[in-house]
Amino acid sequence: MVLITRKIEFSASHLYHNPAFSAEENRRVFGKCNNPHGHGHNYALEVTVAGEPDPVTGMVLDLKELKEILEREVMQRMDHRFLNYEVAELKGQIPTCENIARVIWELLDPKIKQGRLHRVRLYESADLFADCYRNGAAC
Amino acid sequence: MLTGVKTELGRRYRFAASHRLHTEKLSEEENARVFGKCANPYGHGHNYMLEISVSGEVDPATGMIANLADLDSFVEREVIEVFDRHSLNEDVAAFRDVVPTTENLCIEIYKRLKSFPKAKLERVRVQETSNNSFEYAGENGRENL
Repeated sequence: MVLITRKIEFSASHLYHNPAFSAEENRRVFGKCNNPHGHGHNYALEVTVAGEPDPVTGMVLDLKELKEILEREVMQRMDHRFLNYEVAELKGQIPTCENIARVIWELLDPKIKQGRLHRVRLYESADLFADCYRNGAAC
Repeated sequence: MLTGVKTELGRRYRFAASHRLHTEKLSEEENARVFGKCANPYGHGHNYMLEISVSGEVDPATGMIANLADLDSFVEREVIEVFDRHSLNEDVAAFRDVVPTTENLCIEIYKRLKSFPKAKLERVRVQETSNNSFEYAGENGRENL
């Protein structure tokens, strides 16, 4: 098995707010991430696909195709968007790194036909990221 | 709720510390042969980068595996305060009789962080320089690396 990884970057804004919490509780739990008008990040997404190289092309999957999937599923949906208000898949969820990574996993997994999605890693900053793996699979 | 996806939260921290690779169990000549300039008597330092991964259920109310403020303050207390701007050999009891290689540093940091109460520690990775890094996931953690 071989792993291949493609990286993309997108910029988006978000805020953390749970309407079930009081204003005070929102502030306590989310700190400055609760600021009402939101704030933004340069996100970096690494998508890793596992598979056997095709004996004819030598490829696990065509990176061009992966690039197009990422453009369609992630860039068009999230780049330069306000994640709370403009991304339907995140409606009703706090757009933390964990939740965004899981939404991206769920968007990509059914679209990747050659090889198998192995890991989604989403960096919110150089020091904070979330990883998604298939449950039960070795990391 | 068990879904088809396992999510981990990764966080990076930095600390600067000095160490000397040297053991009383070897002769001076052997120390010099095994550890090279890392055995120089007054030690030397590194800017270490620590990366930790924790897992757990993502709380639907917060969207989080663990609140970063809790994780950061735990790591600050257990690791950063203990190691940052210190000599690993002289200032950390665990390295009194153990050579403070970055392999052993990984194991010591894992032990210190394993008791984080809000999420499960999956693994630690310590980068000693930009050219080398070390990972540890506990005694039975091979499949987590």
